[in-house]
Amino acid sequence: MNAQRLVHAIDEVSYWSGKAFAWLIVALTFVVSIEVFKRYILNAPTAWIFDFNNMLYGTLFMMCGAYTLALSAHVRADFVYIYLRPRAQAALDLALYLLFFIPGILGLIYAGYGYAADSWRIGEHSTITAEGPPIYHFKSVIPIAGALVMLQGLAEIVRCIECLRTGAWPLRLEDVEEIDVIDTQLSHSEYVDEESRLAAMETAHAIDEAARHRSVMEEGVVHERAIKKDEQNKP
Amino acid sequence: MSDPSLGLTMLGLIVVAIMMGFPTAFTLMGLGMIFGYIAFWVPGHLWYDNRIFDLIVQRSYGVMTNDTLLSVPLFVFMGYIMERAALVDRMFHSVQLAFRRVPASLAVTTLMVSAFWGIASGIVGAVVVLMGVISLRPMLNAGYDVRLASGVITAGGTLGILIPPSVMIIVYAAVAGQSIVKLYAAAMLPGFFLTFLYLVYILGWAILNPKIAPKLPPDKYRVAVPDYLQRLERGHSRRVVGGLLATVFRPSLVQGATAPDGRPVRYGLIVNDVLALMVPLALTVGTFGATWWYVVIHNAPTAATTAAVSAPKAAAITAPPAAAPATADSEKPQELGEAETEVKSDEPGRAADAPPEEMGSVTESGVAGAGEVPAHFYQWFWGLAAFSALLLAIYYRRMDGEQLEILKELSASVVPLGVLTFVVLAVILFGICTATESAAVGALGALYLAVMAKYLRQVCWWSLVGAIIGVGLGWWEGEAFASLIVSGSLGGTFLGTVVPGLWNLKTSPDLRRNIKEATFLTAKTTAMVCWLFVGSALFSAVFALHGGQGLIERWVLGMNLSPLGFMIVAQLIIFILGWPLEWTEIIVIFCPIFIPLLSHFQVDPILFGTMVAVNLQAAFLSPPVAMSAFYLKGVAPKHVTLNQIFAGMMPYMIIVCICLAFMYIWPGMTLWLPEFLYGS
Repeated sequence: MNAQRLVHAIDEVSYWSGKAFAWLIVALTFVVSIEVFKRYILNAPTAWIFDFNNMLYGTLFMMCGAYTLALSAHVRADFVYIYLRPRAQAALDLALYLLFFIPGILGLIYAGYGYAADSWRIGEHSTITAEGPPIYHFKSVIPIAGALVMLQGLAEIVRCIECLRTGAWPLRLEDVEEIDVIDTQLSHSEYVDEESRLAAMETAHAIDEAARHRSVMEEGVVHERAIKKDEQNKP
Repeated sequence: MSDPSLGLTMLGLIVVAIMMGFPTAFTLMGLGMIFGYIAFWVPGHLWYDNRIFDLIVQRSYGVMTNDTLLSVPLFVFMGYIMERAALVDRMFHSVQLAFRRVPASLAVTTLMVSAFWGIASGIVGAVVVLMGVISLRPMLNAGYDVRLASGVITAGGTLGILIPPSVMIIVYAAVAGQSIVKLYAAAMLPGFFLTFLYLVYILGWAILNPKIAPKLPPDKYRVAVPDYLQRLERGHSRRVVGGLLATVFRPSLVQGATAPDGRPVRYGLIVNDVLALMVPLALTVGTFGATWWYVVIHNAPTAATTAAVSAPKAAAITAPPAAAPATADSEKPQELGEAETEVKSDEPGRAADAPPEEMGSVTESGVAGAGEVPAHFYQWFWGLAAFSALLLAIYYRRMDGEQLEILKELSASVVPLGVLTFVVLAVILFGICTATESAAVGALGALYLAVMAKYLRQVCWWSLVGAIIGVGLGWWEGEAFASLIVSGSLGGTFLGTVVPGLWNLKTSPDLRRNIKEATFLTAKTTAMVCWLFVGSALFSAVFALHGGQGLIERWVLGMNLSPLGFMIVAQLIIFILGWPLEWTEIIVIFCPIFIPLLSHFQVDPILFGTMVAVNLQAAFLSPPVAMSAFYLKGVAPKHVTLNQIFAGMMPYMIIVCICLAFMYIWPGMTLWLPEFLYGS
């Protein structure tokens, strides 16, 4: 199970970096709100704030690309894909990773590196306002994010090979999902009866999974989709 | 080297490649890279010296500095926080009590709540599952028709992606290069029109055939009136307002009575009730005050006192905003305007201190800027004000203990979220802030609500402190009265969020979990949308380079379609694409194909975008591919079949199509509000 451990190690890197940079959204919220107050009430706008907002937002989404890939949350048109057997899925994925993903991301890293290097060399500053803030570190985000996505892509390729070998997809690490809001909402519920509440909380993930595949959740089938955090290191 | 045959190959390949189910962002990026490399290939140059590398990095950097997309994470974050902060089942319960006398009250409530929560959340699956748990069983137990019950949940659940602030519309704005603000304004009326049509359908069906939605037995919706309130009810119709107000001055009136928790009534409870009583009044006064401020002060160029706000932008407006949507009688504004003074004169006595001062500050600048105020504004304004005052007076006069209890529930569950949504939309639509700024303030407000849901008392105190600081700072800067209100509320929101939030972060796992989940989900969604943008930006540039776009244009123009024909074909294609694909792919990949053609057929891109948004509603409701049906089936009791759910959805799909037809025949419905607010 060496491959498995390697994949999970890479997953951890992507999770960690994605989650670390995810907090930029909180920063962005506060920065823009404070700026609203400063500009409209105190009549003291900040010149570099426009660039700064862009940096927060641009860094946020670029650096979270690998995290999103690790959760396989990048949107995909899977209306044919879902009907294939896991082996066929893995073969298709593997081919397309080699054909599309590697050239695209390699190009991004290579080009981004040159772009950022030029920017560092001239000590580039933003030209949106006079005496704009430096932007060379912002441009360096492109190759770094590209490298992270590439690393995660390699992990995905290993996953595909693993699936081709064993005939089943290796499980992913557990993480928050959109449907988790059901849990949050219903655990505090006062007006829904206990039985249907617990049933819904338990099956929400399976329902979500099934509905995405346009099928109805089967009775009694346990959907084991993710590895819980505490089980992760067990053999 | 570039040639149209390569463009055609690209088009063919992209359709096949997308269908293969690979993450679309990387499919686009890879295809763009490969074909771009061929296009820029210069024999004799080194292999790594190719201009495609400039293109890809320029395009990525372009997405990273796109100020339309900048508001995506903010709105997404606001949505994720809000859907965790507002408890839907409580909302459902209180709205249902408020509508208990309406026919098919449970269905109407379901529609309202799911549309409302959908506005905040925008995630179809979550809305449908949750409403399925909360409202499907009560409806079925009450003997509602299965088709009615399931149709209303699925239809209500999809409304959230249409009604602003929706992320789909921002993404379209970025794709089409239109302003978010105008698109929001455009989507507003069709969104509410669609909700209205749904309502008409439910009510009509329930009135024509009462068997499908039997009335609830009275014991299901009776509200328990606490002992102390029963004591205060006066007269035959058990009016409670007078008694309650009297208690404020003579607490001995409720001496010995017990509160709902079994303890004797404390003074705080009375104050609490009186505050709840004030909510409708405060909302009305606030709306009218804000309208007045916007039209008379904000827009009038002479009112230099509000220097902080960008008046010129909105000065083009020539007719009364905000007040207009209300459809009250316009024939008799004159005499009502006079009657109003009497009605109002006995009300402000117990109102908050806002109205008199506001009126005072208004009269001076109102006179100064009178020339700029749209015609008939004063008649409309005072007419509507009088009408609302009359309604409020009747409401308060007839209020009994039961209604007060409902009002208390409503103000605790619906009002905070409602006010936040309303403020965010108003601030965007009236051009007071940019979309990004309002999104950020909205996200801050959502955080505020999330903290407030847990630590009401602390938040209130710290908000008070923040408001005082905000007003103080504004005062020090010599701001006008209206800005002082804004600065006070901003300061209050800010301090009320930050201090109790940080203070309790350590002790409250719930709060930590909510914020963490929302943050990570935001990162995921933003990365998904924006990486797709990076891919499609590269792809479309290369596609145009090969002349593929020109090829499509010539082909479509060669078909000699009429504008109507084009519109039908385009919407039909999008409708069919909506079955297998998600909205992100449709908007980011397929809309750009149609958008350059719009000017030839003289279709407004804003109208087109709004129609796409409405159209996708139909696509998401069409059997047998609609995802929401499967979500509902997952939580429904076993005897509800998938076919029954589909049968329930069908009529709503037809209603959406009717709405689309309306929008095409009568573009004014969509384009009126943006033109009205921002000029044409």
